[in-house]
Amino acid sequence: MKNILEINNVTKFYKNSVKALENVNLDIKEGEIFALLGPNGAGKSTLINSICGIVNFNTGTIKINNMDIIKNYRNTRKITGIVPQELNLESFETVWNNVNYSRGLFGKKPDHNYIEKLLKQLSLWDKKDNKIKELSGGMKRRVLIAKALSHQPKLLFLDEPTASVDVELRKDMWDVVKKLNEDGVTIILTTHYIEEAEELSDRVAVINDGKIILVDDKDKLIKKLGEKTIKIELVEPIEKINGNLSKYNFTLDQTNKIISHTYNLNSNTTDITELLNDVKKDGYKIKDINTEQSSLEEIFIKLIQENNNELVRN
Amino acid sequence: MNWYGIKAIYIHEMERFRRTLFQSLASPIITTSLYFVVFGSAIGSRITEIDGINYGSYIVPGMIMLTILTQSISNASFAFYFPRFTNTIYEILAAPLSSFEIVLGFVGAAASKSLIIGCVIILTANFFVDVRIDHPLLMMFFLILTSITFALFGFIIGMYAEGFEGLQIIPILIITPLVFLGGSFYSINMLPEFWQKISLLNPVLYLISGFRYSFYEVSDVSLFTSTLTILTILIGCIIFITYTFSKGYRIKD
Repeated sequence: MKNILEINNVTKFYKNSVKALENVNLDIKEGEIFALLGPNGAGKSTLINSICGIVNFNTGTIKINNMDIIKNYRNTRKITGIVPQELNLESFETVWNNVNYSRGLFGKKPDHNYIEKLLKQLSLWDKKDNKIKELSGGMKRRVLIAKALSHQPKLLFLDEPTASVDVELRKDMWDVVKKLNEDGVTIILTTHYIEEAEELSDRVAVINDGKIILVDDKDKLIKKLGEKTIKIELVEPIEKINGNLSKYNFTLDQTNKIISHTYNLNSNTTDITELLNDVKKDGYKIKDINTEQSSLEEIFIKLIQENNNELVRN
Repeated sequence: MNWYGIKAIYIHEMERFRRTLFQSLASPIITTSLYFVVFGSAIGSRITEIDGINYGSYIVPGMIMLTILTQSISNASFAFYFPRFTNTIYEILAAPLSSFEIVLGFVGAAASKSLIIGCVIILTANFFVDVRIDHPLLMMFFLILTSITFALFGFIIGMYAEGFEGLQIIPILIITPLVFLGGSFYSINMLPEFWQKISLLNPVLYLISGFRYSFYEVSDVSLFTSTLTILTILIGCIIFITYTFSKGYRIKD
C-alpha cells in the first residue's frame, strides 16, 4: 500500500526555544487508521498542525501524496481535513452556513446535495438551521467533523476526537470514524484514550517529548510488548509457594487461594502445559483458571515510563 | 487563484455585517447627524464659508473620511482578530489559500462595508446641507482607495492585537486625533503658519484634502501629493502584511 503521508526529520521549535518536535519520521499508509498516542505536551497536536499548515516547522520535509506540503500547499491541503481538539466554532453562525463556509475555503464549488448527505450521515440534518451556540458539545464535535469533511478530503486528522465527550457519544464517534475509513478516508487520530486506539487503529505511534519512540501495528505491539497473567484458583488455601512452582515466580493473593504468574507473550520461557503439570505434581487441586492480557494502555504507560527514565539518565 | 475561498471569506464577513446591519448603519448616521448639529449649526453660525463653500457642505468630505478611516480599520481588525480569538483561524490557515487570497477576502469585505457606510453618510449629509460632487469618479477613486488602504491597516492591527483592547488603541489614540487635526472640519489655511507646517506632517490631511477636491475643487495640498500619499500608505501596508505572513508571525509560530 502506498504512503499518503511522509514525514522526514521534522523539527519544530516554539518562539521560547522550546523544542516541540525533534527529528520526527513517520510514514502513513493510504487507507489506514493511525493512532498517535502520547501524554499531554508530547507534541501530538504540534505534529498535526505542522502537517496541516497551521503552524510552521523549522526543519525537515512533509509530503502528502508525494507532494511537498509547502511547495504544493494548494494540492496537498485540498485533500486534507482537520478536526481540532477544541470546539472552535463561530457560535452565531448556523450549522449549514458553517459547513458550506468550510467547503468554500477549500476551493470547492457549492454542492448542497453533498452537504445535505453529509449532515444526514452525521445526524445533523435536523439541526442545520440551528446556531452553533444552541448545540450540545457532542453536536458541536459532529459539526467540526462535517466541516472537515465538507471538501471530501482523502486524509483526515482527528485531534482528540472524543475529548470530554461521554461514553455513549464516544462509541458513536467511533462508528463515524470506522464508516469514514470504510469510505476510503485515511485517518490519523491523536488520543489520550488508549481504548480508542485499541478499538480503531491499524497502527500506532507513541510520541513523547517531541520524539516518536515507537511505531508498529497495533496487534503486533500488543503481542510484542504485552504481557499475560495466568491466575489459578485453588480449592484449598496454601501457606506459601514451594516445590515445583517456586521456579515460576508465582505470587499468592490475600485469600491464599489464587496464585498468579505473569509472562511475556513474545517469550518462550513459560510453557503452560508444563506449568499446569507442575501444579498437579505438587498436589494442588485447581478450582478455576483465568488469563488476563495487558491492554494497550498498560503498554503505553510502560513505554512512556521507560522513555522518561531514559531521558533522565541522559 | 482560490476564488471560492476568497468568496467564502467575503460572504462570511458580509453576512456578519448583515446580521448587525442596524448597529452598523445607525451608529455612523447618528454620529454624522450629531456632527452637523454641533459643527454645522454651532460653529457654522460663526464660520459661514471656507474657500467659498458653505461651512456645512465643506465639512462633509472630512466627516466621510473620518468614518471611512475608523470603519475600515475597525471592520478589518475585528474581522481578522475574531477568528484568532475564537481559534477558528485554524481552518483558514489549513485551507488552500495564499496569504494574498486571505487578505483579499477580509480586506475586500471590510472595504465594502466602509464604502456602503460612506454612501449612507453622503445620503445623510444631503438631509442637512447641499452636497455637490464635481468629480464623482475621482471621489470614488479616493473613497475606494482609502477604504482598501485603511482596511489593510486594520488587518495589520488584527494580526498583532493581543486582546480586544488592542484593537481600539491605535484607532482611538492615533487615527481619530490625526483625522480631527487633518483638516476635517477646517482648512489648514485658517491656522497660524507654524501649525500649518506641523499639519503638513499629518498624512490624513492629504487624504482629506484630495477627497475634498473631488467634491468642491478646493484643497489644502495638491491632488498629486494626496494621491501619492494614499498610494504610499497602501504599498506600506501591503509590504508589511506580506512580510508578516511570510514569517508566520503571531499566527503560525
